[in-house]
Amino acid sequence: MLHEPATPTGKDPAGPYKMRLGIWMFLFYSLFYASFVAINLINPLAMAAIVFAGLNLATVYGFALIIVALIEALIYDGMCRKKEADFAKAEKQQSGKTKSKKDKG
Amino acid sequence: MAIFVFLAFVVFVIGLSLYLGNKAKTSSGYYAAGGQIHWGVNGIAFAGDYLSAASFLGICGMIATVGYDGFLYSIGYLAGWIVALFVVAEPLKRLGKYTFTDAVDANYNSKGIKLAAAISTLVVSLCYLIPQMVGAGVLVEPLLGIPHAWGVIMVGAIVITIVATAGMASTTYVQFLKGSLLIVFSTVLVGALMFRGLTTTPDQGGTATFYQYSHIAATKTDGKIAVTESGWNVLEQQEVKGGLTFVKLGKDGKETWWYASDTDGAVSLKETQTVVTKAGGAWINGAPASATNQLRQVGNLEKIRGESGVTTGSLSIIEYLAALTDKNTVVRTWKSASFVDGAAEKVTVYYPKLVSGDLIMRPGLKFKVDGTLLERLDFLSLMLALFLGTAALPHILIRYYTVPSPASARKSTIVAIAAIGFFYVLTLFMGLGAMTSGVVNPADSNMAAPLLARSFGELLFAVISAIAFATVLGTVSGLIVAASGAVAHDLFDRYFQIKMDDRQKVNAGKISAFVIGGIAIVLGILFKGMNVTFLVGLAFAVAASANLPSIIMLLFWKRTTAQGITASITVGIVASLGLIAFSPDLYALYGMNPLNAPIPFSNPGIISIPLSFITLVVVSLLTPKAEKAKI
Repeated sequence: MLHEPATPTGKDPAGPYKMRLGIWMFLFYSLFYASFVAINLINPLAMAAIVFAGLNLATVYGFALIIVALIEALIYDGMCRKKEADFAKAEKQQSGKTKSKKDKG
Repeated sequence: MAIFVFLAFVVFVIGLSLYLGNKAKTSSGYYAAGGQIHWGVNGIAFAGDYLSAASFLGICGMIATVGYDGFLYSIGYLAGWIVALFVVAEPLKRLGKYTFTDAVDANYNSKGIKLAAAISTLVVSLCYLIPQMVGAGVLVEPLLGIPHAWGVIMVGAIVITIVATAGMASTTYVQFLKGSLLIVFSTVLVGALMFRGLTTTPDQGGTATFYQYSHIAATKTDGKIAVTESGWNVLEQQEVKGGLTFVKLGKDGKETWWYASDTDGAVSLKETQTVVTKAGGAWINGAPASATNQLRQVGNLEKIRGESGVTTGSLSIIEYLAALTDKNTVVRTWKSASFVDGAAEKVTVYYPKLVSGDLIMRPGLKFKVDGTLLERLDFLSLMLALFLGTAALPHILIRYYTVPSPASARKSTIVAIAAIGFFYVLTLFMGLGAMTSGVVNPADSNMAAPLLARSFGELLFAVISAIAFATVLGTVSGLIVAASGAVAHDLFDRYFQIKMDDRQKVNAGKISAFVIGGIAIVLGILFKGMNVTFLVGLAFAVAASANLPSIIMLLFWKRTTAQGITASITVGIVASLGLIAFSPDLYALYGMNPLNAPIPFSNPGIISIPLSFITLVVVSLLTPKAEKAKI
């Protein structure tokens, strides 16, 4: 292929897991975002309702969209790292077993 | 002071670029900074790349004039990073080499994809470049006292130098520096704003006298307005589109325009600011324009929680927002209208509009969420384009090639979300601060944030202006790298297969950077006066329509074919640009009546994005199955 990666990336056994997880987290956030847009379109006056410490729903929901994005991103990273570490450990154990079999042989 | 800080920054940036020039002798060095940038640096560079003039100047300016509606851009821009993180980041890093085209063509090696994706990169980059260059001119004009056009030319020249010397390496470090400084000093500015609190008589930190606009009682008989107060003569009356009435009054030999406000039958004439274009030059507020006679900066609170003449003192961020959200808080905002008067002279009137806090702090002043079906669809279309546009911007996507691994791509995206999200929270405070501090230029809202900084002293103004300038440099550099990659790498090298050694490929990229920089300069001059955030919103719509369907479908639908991707990109570009070209906002830019525009809304995403997806699916089903994706 003409478009080989800029740096070699190797095999990623955690790839399918990360992709599935990413899709679910994306769908969750999309729903949260779509709800914000829908409230604005269906009942815009609801956005003026005071919901917390004198702040209205528009402000609180707007900030929540930003904060939830970061929280989701951190959770996603944590879960991806754990899975990557699990696979790396399993791979290490596997290569260790193979090596000891070879040594015995 | 401002000029010194500004020049010091420019010298530093150019020095850095020349130093890094040695590291960009190969294609990998020039287009992807060797793929060895640390994910933390890349994350902040992402922020530096993404937080463009639209984010800093445009969003703050829009919030300063229409309140919460401007903050919708902050929300949408940030939400778009979720798509980038969860869907695009790691797969894209695995697929591509230098450009967006590399990624979408990775499994196909199709000439059609190469051509369509390269053109798409160029179109999106140019759409995005226009507002950055407009922002550059806006910024440099008051800072250095040079005309808009020269400001644009100067910025273009500096950016071309940055890109042509060290490509992605210098661009990365300029963006890192700019992203860090922007976030730190925006935090300082918001801190200073909270410390000062709110007042109904803003005086720019004691440096300017608060100007109290007057009003005169009047009567209206058979549509004709008369003034009851002695000394004033009604000279002319103009009915303007939208049911607005303006009256020219004469007093002591001075002629001024007043806005007729009719509340429950009681007519009142409110003082405005005016620019009249006469044969001998512009007249401002009834006198010839001069260094001392300019439009006054505007925006103030008439009442805080129902009380006039109030100064709150220091406030927490929640108290600040709560005070502005109160329905008894009243903000004096400013709108504009233009017409030709009886002497055939063009008159632009800036007139006051009192708006309660609860309306300022919810959507509705710009985007008519409670308006007609078309107005609501326009809003939906914008929010869709902002959400889906980020992960389709070529200059953002190429940043994934500068890090060593897919995991680094993921981590740098998370750093970017943290930095960008924090900055976008700050935009709400900076915009509202400008709106209520009497610092907004009624003729151009883009300078709201730097002018807010000036109300805290020349030093903060100098630093914030230099950072705003860096903001333009960082983003434009990234855009030019992306666009030059599309020309030199995708078209010359891959599409036309012109034989070049590695050094010639780098030179081709540098020459492309010169040409694209030149085009950006011309466009920046032509589009003077447009709100930069609005323009970037359109660039997002083009990116989301042309690029995102291909990225998503090639990752998640194995039946995707090269022909499907080519058709999808082509339809996405043509549909989004076509819809924009015939939209009301562009009709206004052409000088035509926006009501005559054949497309009734301004944001094309709601039509062009689904159309691009459908095209990809239909064409893929009608063409031979592609090879299995190697992701």
